[in-house]
This record gives sequence, C-alpha cells and structure tokens, in this order.
Amino acid sequence: MSDDLREKATARPESKAELFFTFNRLALQGFGGVLAIAQRELVERKRWLTREQFVEMLAFSQVLPGPNIVNLALIFGDRFYGLRGAFAALVGMLAVPLVIVLVLAAAYAEFSRLEVVSGALRGMGAVAAGLVISTAIKLMGTLRSSRLGVPLAGVFAALTFVAIAWLRWPLVGVIVGLGSLAIAIAWARSP
Amino acid sequence: MTGFIHSPLATAELLGLFGHFLLLSLLAVGGAITTAPDMHRYVVDEHHWISDAQFSASVALAQAAPGPNVLFVAVIGWNVAGPIGALATMSGTLLPSTALTLYASRWGTRRRETRGLRAFTTGLTPLTIGLLLATGWVLAQPYVIDGPHRLGALALVAFSIAVMLRTKLSPMWLVGLGAFVGMLGWV
Repeated sequence: MSDDLREKATARPESKAELFFTFNRLALQGFGGVLAIAQRELVERKRWLTREQFVEMLAFSQVLPGPNIVNLALIFGDRFYGLRGAFAALVGMLAVPLVIVLVLAAAYAEFSRLEVVSGALRGMGAVAAGLVISTAIKLMGTLRSSRLGVPLAGVFAALTFVAIAWLRWPLVGVIVGLGSLAIAIAWARSP
Repeated sequence: MTGFIHSPLATAELLGLFGHFLLLSLLAVGGAITTAPDMHRYVVDEHHWISDAQFSASVALAQAAPGPNVLFVAVIGWNVAGPIGALATMSGTLLPSTALTLYASRWGTRRRETRGLRAFTTGLTPLTIGLLLATGWVLAQPYVIDGPHRLGALALVAFSIAVMLRTKLSPMWLVGLGAFVGMLGWV
C-alpha cells in the first residue's frame, strides 16, 4: 500500500521516532477514546492518510479481533516501517496512558465519592460520545465514492447502526450477515 | 487495593486469568469492549476476585482517562491482582490480536488490488461507518437517555459534534469544557 499512500496522501512519517511521538500525542489527547483524535491527526493535520485510506484501514481494524485503534496503529506503523514501525506506533500509543490510568486506578478509591469528580467524568463522557459521532459524520463523505453506489452504501450503514445501537445484536453476527451481503454485492458490481 | 509486590492470586490463578484473556482476545471482533460481559462473568461472577461496582468503575475510569479504551483491561487486572494482574490481562488481550492483525494486514496489502479484496473493503466501509455511529450512540446513552441531567448532556453532545464539524479546535478543549460543566452538575 505504501506506493499508493505516496501518491494520494501528501506526507508520510519521517521516522519511527516521529511515528512513536505522533501516536503518543494522539493517545494523550484521547479522553474517552482515541479514534476521533486519530482521524484528526493522521488525516487532517499530518496528512499521512486520505479520508478514504483512513476508513479502509479502520474497516480492516474493526473486522480483525482486538482493540480497533490498537489494530489501526499496528497496520499504520507496519505499512511505513514494517514490524518496528508497528511496535513504535503501538508502544507510543499505550505506554504513557497505561501508566496514567493505573495511577488513576490506584487513586480512584479515594476520590470516587466526590460529586465533583463523578460530575467531571460524566461531562467528559458526553463529550467523548460527541467526538465519536462527529468522526462518523465526517467519514460518511467517503461513501460518495463507494462502488456500491451512494443509496446502497447508505442503507448498509443505517442497517448496521440500527442492528448494533437499537437491536443490540451481537457484532459478529452483524458483520458476518450484513458484511457478507455487502461484500457479495460489491463483488458482483466490480469490474 | 492489593499489595504492590505480592499478588493475592496463586500462580495457577494468574495463569488462568492470563489464559482467559488470551482466549477472549481472538473473539474481540469490534473491540475489546465487546468481550467485557465475558470478562465480567469470569472475574466477578465465577471467581469473585473483584466486585460488580469495581468492574464498572474500571471501565468508566479507563474511558475517561487519556488513551485507548482497551486500557480498562489493565485496570481490571490491576484491581484483581495489582501490577502482575495488569500485566497478565493486558498481555493476554494484546498478544493474539496483534499477531493476527500484523499477519492479516500484510496478507491483505499484497492482495490489495485483487477483485476479492476490493469487494471486501468496499462492502465493509459502510458497516464501519454505521458501527462508529452506533458506538457514539452507545457512549452517549448513559447521559442523554438514562442520566440525571438529560438536556444538559444532550446539549453538550450536540455542541461537541458541531464544534468538531465546523472548526479546527483541538478536542482537548471540548473535553476540558465537558469536565468543567460536569463539575458544575449540568450533565
């Protein structure tokens, strides 16, 4: 994919160190999840990926088992700098936040009774939800170039939303069921 | 909270904990959080290592803290058996999925331009976006549907979305704002 990346995205990471520090920085900004920040940093600020490439990488990360954002870091690092790049991105993303969260866990018992603390956690949680929703809205634009066609791609996105958010169907079933149907249609429509 | 060096768990129990998370790793399609119900069954219901409230607090804490949400797994391990517990659950969760992801991504990259892989990514992209929207909804629900201040929470979620779509402002500011209005008791 790296040849392709150089054609479309306007920049690429200069070194494994830059990879490490970029993922470190985006993880430290990621209160309530890192995905929204990753999209902003990798696509909008660094321009290492186009929106389309980001969605494609995310699709892969979601289908594979494991934390999506961890998978995304691994795939991203691997494509630029191989195994070492994958681990530079992974360790960059996990090391410092891991220390922070464990310190917080040790201190939590002391502070959880304070109404101010639980209030702040609720506020941050609500913002985190907004960040994820805004990322989804931004990425909807990529459906315009879908080979499924806009209406059908929209229907599949909507059905997935309803099945997971509303009906609370198990994810594996939704991906196997709806996913295979979508892939089959995409296969039939591809040249 | 457990001792820093001495684990309250026997070695066999620690290995069991590691093994269980190792197994769950490969089932965690859609993120580690999808296996949380089974983690709960194992560490709370079956072994009584931590309480139900400790489990929920672990998830909430990791979600509020900076970094990937998968770190809730480390917090659970920490609450079960201190640092060695965090190591057991975190390495168990990451090792299998990391190996598989690297292998599958390289395999996919080599076949990227084949008809099969193109159909695969084209077909799954709409699902990815629907899934992301659903994740946002599930995260918002405790505040905008079940929370004590639903209107305030809804306004905060809507404001965050609008700012992210219309400006280049760093999300850090929004998170800070969220913490602030939360402290005031508006959410």
